[in-house]
Amino acid sequence: MTFVYPVKSNDAHPAPLSPDYKSSVKRAPQKPLIPMRHTLSELTGPVYGHETVRSGDADLTTQHKAEPLGERIIVHGHVLDEDGRGVPNTLLEIWQANACGRYIHVRDQHPAPLDPNFTGAGRAQSDASGYYRFVTIKPGAYPWGNHHNAWRPAHIHFSVFGHSFVTRLVTQMYFPGDPLFPFDPIFNAVPDEKARFRMVSSFDLENTQPEWALCYRFNIVLRGHNATPMENK
Amino acid sequence: MASNSASDLGSQSEGITPSQTVGPFFKYGLTPGGQYDWNDAFTNNLITPDVSGERIRIEGKVFDGDGVAIPDCMLEVWQADAQGRFADPQDKRALPNATFKGFGRCGTDQNGAYSFGTIKPGVVPDPDGEPQAPHILLAVFGRGMLRHLYTRIYFADEAGNSADPVLALVPADRRATLIASGKGDGVYTLDIRLQGAGETVFFDV
Repeated sequence: MTFVYPVKSNDAHPAPLSPDYKSSVKRAPQKPLIPMRHTLSELTGPVYGHETVRSGDADLTTQHKAEPLGERIIVHGHVLDEDGRGVPNTLLEIWQANACGRYIHVRDQHPAPLDPNFTGAGRAQSDASGYYRFVTIKPGAYPWGNHHNAWRPAHIHFSVFGHSFVTRLVTQMYFPGDPLFPFDPIFNAVPDEKARFRMVSSFDLENTQPEWALCYRFNIVLRGHNATPMENK
Repeated sequence: MASNSASDLGSQSEGITPSQTVGPFFKYGLTPGGQYDWNDAFTNNLITPDVSGERIRIEGKVFDGDGVAIPDCMLEVWQADAQGRFADPQDKRALPNATFKGFGRCGTDQNGAYSFGTIKPGVVPDPDGEPQAPHILLAVFGRGMLRHLYTRIYFADEAGNSADPVLALVPADRRATLIASGKGDGVYTLDIRLQGAGETVFFDV
């Protein structure tokens, strides 16, 4: 199957300049992006070997000697294209703060404890139907310096590839009902409300495991329509 | 057993998932480089033992609108091999004959510098079958960037630049922002300027 990637789909993304998010002010281009036709360079993308994702990389709670502190959760879903087909065998990378809202990154100075049993990085490859699954700890909210009393809603960073270099997506998965949504300039940089809430996972009771872990579903929709839809009607 | 039924598919497919910034703390997950308890899925060295072609190095710095070097950017590259073929089954031409994958990733260092070790790519056709000059696709991610930006790296010593259909879309006085210069020793330099004077050309793809 070959895919087409109309640039119109990119309307869902935030504009480069979003003044409420202060770091964007000096890092957004001032000149318009130049439109061009997709060539083979844009339409192809990396393929991963078995070495890319190791056994156990999708479970962030078993990477150390003991279990991390916090609320164990399952995060799963499908990577889909714009026609609703699963995107198979694609790489997902995640990184996140620990249960206290602290990142292991050396530059994170939030005065909350690190957890020696939690790094916060994971990797998975979608299966033939586009399905993926991580086990992790629910990350905490944390303060940042964007404005007075600024707090990021709890989130997990997702990096996803898809079929081509133009399907590349880095996003953040949020949790349903977070009271910080109205105040977060990164979340609200997405102009359309429906699009914004596509970044919010849904609580999944059906796949919550009794006596073990709550489950959240997060489907990720990448660019891409079938270039030659079947005319069977 | 996780539910995997068709009714789960497409529940959010009325539009794509929007982009969000990689933020300031991606390093331990995406470019740990031995500094964290996590391994690199990709590095800035694209060269594989069996790859053919001219070995080159591309280096430069990334700057913000104040001309300040950015220490927390991530760059990703995607390119064809020396014969102009992509290591992707969607490229229907003859499959590459090497383990060269053509994808690399590099975080900028404390001085805003990046580098990639790779091979000079070959000529890739455009949608009309016309040749494109050798080029590498570059995606730029960073804190303050709500979506990554796409640009291209061309090479100053390629005669094909003058007829390249994508460079032709770029105003002549901005083309230099896409063209890496070299001294003939296989090392090419290209700085990325996100904003302001000498702003790099980015593409709407």
